[in-house]
Amino acid sequence: MTVNGAPWTGLAGTTVGDLVAEWCTSSRGIAVARNGDVVPKSSWDATRITSGDRIEIVTAAAGG
Amino acid sequence: MAVPWEAMDASIPGPALPSTTADTDLFIAGQVVGSRLILGTGGMTSPQSLREALVESGTSMATVAMRRVDPTTPHSLVDLLGELGIQVLPNTAGCFTASDAILTAKLAREAFSTDWVKLEVIGDEATLLPDTVELVAAAEELVDDGFVVLPYCGDDPVAARRLEQAGCAAVMPLGSPIGSGLGIRNPHNIALIVEQATVPVVLDAGVGTASDVCVAMELGCDAVLVASAVTRAHQPPLMARAMREAVSAGRAARNAGRITRRFHAQASSSFEGMADPWPQA
Repeated sequence: MTVNGAPWTGLAGTTVGDLVAEWCTSSRGIAVARNGDVVPKSSWDATRITSGDRIEIVTAAAGG
Repeated sequence: MAVPWEAMDASIPGPALPSTTADTDLFIAGQVVGSRLILGTGGMTSPQSLREALVESGTSMATVAMRRVDPTTPHSLVDLLGELGIQVLPNTAGCFTASDAILTAKLAREAFSTDWVKLEVIGDEATLLPDTVELVAAAEELVDDGFVVLPYCGDDPVAARRLEQAGCAAVMPLGSPIGSGLGIRNPHNIALIVEQATVPVVLDAGVGTASDVCVAMELGCDAVLVASAVTRAHQPPLMARAMREAVSAGRAARNAGRITRRFHAQASSSFEGMADPWPQA
């Protein structure tokens, strides 16, 4: 499993919601992709990370 | 043999709009966009400078990129824009394929609850010029998915038309490569895009200083997007103010209807009634 490109070893049963809480101070302005698909906020707590998942947690950064 | 003046003057058309003193609002996708200056937030060295530049610019919309969260930095950019009442326009900067751009747009929609996206699909790392084939493909799919798509495109009138036909809410032709500060390299193409477009035209990329913005508006662009020219200026807030005034001046000049260029002089003082102290015999 990777989170934002780095290997990640978390507890079995960790949800996307848990990951966001761990990585971000707030869920405002945050989006998550799992294996190239957006995970809607409404599904964060129901989506469990499984072996081999590639998770991307993104937000706004300065940009043109 | 003199060059026909019309050939030399092809880049900037003469009066194209009826003279008017009251300007109209800019609408994109049926929504009033309060300012005709859209600001990019990339390249600023300090958050305070960014804040001041945003305020001085008078902008109502600013672009942001989508990047991996950095747990060591609080994500305050969206909060800052929210505090200033500025609409977030997420971009797909850094995407080289339609599928990357589509995923980025969907992530932005999820993150900011906005359907608006500045669509960028880059085709070349050195010039950052857009990949038109991928761009049109991404635009079609995003429009079908309900997005308000504002594509960054080349200064190619045919590409602009294809994007408009794909359902884009505006077209955003470049003046010159991103961050180059080279201004508008092909004003005639921008004029052609303006002439044919039935959606707003936003000049995007290449602006170096205020006069470039003025020219864009004089050519008939509906708005201008400026990033590096402000954020990398020595005094970003002051440059932001200059850009705001340039948009205003260029827009007014466009609406006022400029004079036609002439090859030779045309006196503005009448020769009639001139004194003749030394009448010839």
